[in-house]
Amino acid sequence: MTEHFKKASQHVSQNERLIFETSSPGKRAFELPPLDVPTADAAKVLGRYHRDEGVSDFPEVSEIEVLRHFTRLSTWNYAIDLGMYPLGSCTMKYNPRVNEFVARLDGIATEHPYQPQELSQGCLKIIKLLEDCLLEITGMDSITLQPAAGAQGELTGLLLIRAYLQKQGNPRKKVLIPDSAHGTNPATAVIAGYQVENIKSESHGQIDVEKLRDLVTEDVAALMITNPSTLGIFEPRIAEIADILHRKGALLYMDGANMNALTGITRPGDMGVDVMHLNLHKTFSTPHGGGGPGAGPVAMKKILEPFRPTPVLIEKDAGRLSLDANRPESIGRVKAFAGNFGVLVRALAYILAYGPGIRQATEDAVLNATYIRKNLEGVFELPYSLPSMHEVVFSDARQKQNGVNTMDIAKRLIDYGFHPYTTAFPLIVPGALMIEPTESESKEECDLFIDAMKSIAHEAATNPQLVKTAPHTTRVGRLDEVGAARKPILRWKQAPARSEAAD
Amino acid sequence: MRYLPKSPAERQQMLAVVGGKSVDELFSSVPEQYRLKKALNLPGPLSEAEIIQYFKARAAENSLGYTSFLGAGVYNHLRSVITDTIIQRGEFLTSYTPYQAEITQGTLQSIFEFQTLMCQLTGQEVANASMYDGSTAATEAVLMAERLTSRRRVLVARSVHPEYRAVLKTYAKNSGLIVEEVAIAPDGTVDTKALQSSRKEDVAAILVQSPNFLGVIEPIADLANIAHKSGALLVATVTEAVSLGLVKPPAEADIVTVEGQSFGLAPSYGGPYVGVIASREKFVRQMPGRLVGQTTDSNGRRGFVLTLATREQHIRREKATSNICTNQALCALAATVHLCLLGKEGLREMAHQNLSKARFALTELEKIPGVRRAFDAPFFNEFTIELPRSVKLVNVHLLREKIVGPFVLGTAYPELTKHALVCVTETITRAEIEKFASALRSALEQPV
Amino acid sequence: MTYPPSYRYTKQHEWIDVKDGVGTIGITDYAQHELGDVVFVELPKPSTKIQAGKSFGNVESVKAVSEIYAPVSGEVLEANADLEATPEKLNSDPHNSAWLIRVKLADQTELTKLMDAKAYEAFISDKNKEVSA
Repeated sequence: MTEHFKKASQHVSQNERLIFETSSPGKRAFELPPLDVPTADAAKVLGRYHRDEGVSDFPEVSEIEVLRHFTRLSTWNYAIDLGMYPLGSCTMKYNPRVNEFVARLDGIATEHPYQPQELSQGCLKIIKLLEDCLLEITGMDSITLQPAAGAQGELTGLLLIRAYLQKQGNPRKKVLIPDSAHGTNPATAVIAGYQVENIKSESHGQIDVEKLRDLVTEDVAALMITNPSTLGIFEPRIAEIADILHRKGALLYMDGANMNALTGITRPGDMGVDVMHLNLHKTFSTPHGGGGPGAGPVAMKKILEPFRPTPVLIEKDAGRLSLDANRPESIGRVKAFAGNFGVLVRALAYILAYGPGIRQATEDAVLNATYIRKNLEGVFELPYSLPSMHEVVFSDARQKQNGVNTMDIAKRLIDYGFHPYTTAFPLIVPGALMIEPTESESKEECDLFIDAMKSIAHEAATNPQLVKTAPHTTRVGRLDEVGAARKPILRWKQAPARSEAAD
Repeated sequence: MRYLPKSPAERQQMLAVVGGKSVDELFSSVPEQYRLKKALNLPGPLSEAEIIQYFKARAAENSLGYTSFLGAGVYNHLRSVITDTIIQRGEFLTSYTPYQAEITQGTLQSIFEFQTLMCQLTGQEVANASMYDGSTAATEAVLMAERLTSRRRVLVARSVHPEYRAVLKTYAKNSGLIVEEVAIAPDGTVDTKALQSSRKEDVAAILVQSPNFLGVIEPIADLANIAHKSGALLVATVTEAVSLGLVKPPAEADIVTVEGQSFGLAPSYGGPYVGVIASREKFVRQMPGRLVGQTTDSNGRRGFVLTLATREQHIRREKATSNICTNQALCALAATVHLCLLGKEGLREMAHQNLSKARFALTELEKIPGVRRAFDAPFFNEFTIELPRSVKLVNVHLLREKIVGPFVLGTAYPELTKHALVCVTETITRAEIEKFASALRSALEQPV
Repeated sequence: MTYPPSYRYTKQHEWIDVKDGVGTIGITDYAQHELGDVVFVELPKPSTKIQAGKSFGNVESVKAVSEIYAPVSGEVLEANADLEATPEKLNSDPHNSAWLIRVKLADQTELTKLMDAKAYEAFISDKNKEVSA
């Protein structure tokens, strides 16, 4: 099997139980400096609120055991640091290490959000510079860095729209969402108090502009567009779409998850977008960390500026920066404090590394995706043939004929040393394979990926069982998700009965 | 550019395969009139050293060298260097959400451990894999209570963190939820008499914080009884998680939310932190956020997977329990590592040092003429004092001594005109406490 | 699996078996097959009023959720308690022991709008043809 796989080989990984299973009373890892004030009598001062004993069943392990435990666990993960993550829509690009370094500096990591503003000018300058850079990149007039992630950014954007329309006299009832949209879009619309109306994509996978004309009434508050779409295809009639909405007093919201195809090439603000969010953990390289943290800044046109979440950054005299909460028309706060500042620092560091040359990253991202598409076009079904930008969506239609579906192919890709691409999304492509290499991949890594995919397609045709039972080289095989959902076990418990041995 | 692994020759090769003559052709789907003709006006490009220099210069404009007595929802605690050693490992730092379980068992098992630790700390049966922070966790917990009870009113103690209440207000406006505030009693806890006597048949939840924003511990068991008598749920939020080492957990509450920043996360000017929602097993299907469950593979080997995903946005879409997608996974990992390092005894000892140092500080401050303690209910590591003059002006004087003074409560509670919220954690030395007391004394001796 | 001839069927793949004004409602074999392994069923409590054509609950597999639509209007008398502990019964015995709810019918004439077994079998066979086209 190893000759097939130029990138991966069988890895011997160590077993490791749960930390609670390694624990035994009296062991300790972290020690504190001795107490230098009189000892308080906890039972006396807390009275009935005193927790009589230590947290029951809390781990008791030594320093080296903690270090080994998590180090071993880490070796069970795939990561960008190891190789390509072709996950469509996630933009898994290199997370520059200097960003980690600067985020941890004394004077950056140590700052308290309530410290006096005269002692926070450094932090406020960072916020200001990032705001300015993101406005330049998006072509918008105003911005908030408060939302903690893309979904929260979407909510903020819709709340801004609602506030604006409310001021005009009618917040309206509906938000139009393409059937190709990410699940956060409709979920967010509902939380913002709107009904969702799905708009079916036309035969090329794009927004049906003629249908849109009929759908946009004065009941519609906004359309949420993703551009390029979740198919990786640019919506060329976006300005026309914006116009249709504007004529009826509605606004255009853009989900900025796919900015990696646009940065430095074009600007959403120039194309009629009224408000959009960015995902700093996608386009702007902040690390995914296994699922977060991220940040979802929201950039907007002037008309929405008065409604921005508080506090907003203002410049006082003598160039002094300040956070201003006196904003009578603001939608309020969406999160405590000013935002995920540590994530903002990393994004700014990324932008500073590129400067005006940031366009090059976009060019390489699109080049990589187009290259992969060209090489795999004959091998996998391409449901929509318009040119792809930074990501390409295939379907498993050909392989399905042998009973092999997108999930199977994805699992087999693991044996070849790659993380799977995005399976089964967008919903408008049954059996989707969504591939986004990003600019961080070398030609060599792209070629290895292409070879792997071609090999799997061949296996699907000649030895489908091998693919359907993949992966074969990981610590655990396919896991029983049905059992996990039927009888959820969501925590460890000190078991009276001996549960199944670990590994 | 150092982040781009392609040579000019390779770009040419790839372009040839694609069939284009120039990179510009790759963008032909973007209408000509919207394609930028010149480069963006951005600062840079900076080398690695210059980037570091830029941020060091910013750091020098902040609060280096000051001792801070601020808490108010964000706490300075000791953190082991080992936490960073672990979370800086590329396999954790640069890994994706564990949707493909076979190659993300590291992340999944550590989240399972996190969920377990949160249950142990809070006395609840199930905990999720994290929310953005304490403020959104508290808000989502209230929305969860709304779904569970099908009721539209929420009673929120005024002693809950003002920014948490602000976030709830923003979310409530659009969900039709009616939010009413409950007054603070003279001892600093929520006014239980007012709660008892108010109409509650349409109340979904009572939201309290403990220890609350004024530093005092709320009577959770009593509040739970009041809530349950009328079919409402008690939501208890914990902003100073270290308190759980010594203070009885809010086990009687129906939903508990925790801000985990105190567990190994730097203050970082407001984020990223980590929120958690913990509750009863019977409510789990209404709980937002990811959940990791234990299971087996076909060989009977134990493994972990994301589970109960049908609650989430990517499946349920408009009927999801929340729109949350990205959470705070790496922060949760940091908290997990931190708690494993502290362990049972370490957490208790850390909590005890906080308790002792705060009390020592109070004793020293009460010796100063004109300084008195406000609110006499039990507290953990934060307490409110009343001064004979404006706290703002006093803090100006303290700054000259390189002390960042206590939180000015008047900014959040207009009636607390001369009150300050003092926080003392294990990171403050005896000498620093004594210096603070002496600086405060001299500030009060200044002519007005 | 056969579709019991005494049952009536909806286009959303529910069945109903009526005796003395009380209808037993479930989902069809076709539905459970489309869903995959069922992990959870959410059903209404007794005395809840349901309306023909409106959703009264849902069925979850690992990767999807499906609403269940009422074939008739009425009042819920009983929900199948078995399905809480063993939702997988819906996959193995959808037409019998994995019934979902029992309702007291509000209007027997609503039954005339539903398909009989033959019509339903034709309906799903057409669906199968669509899929493989």
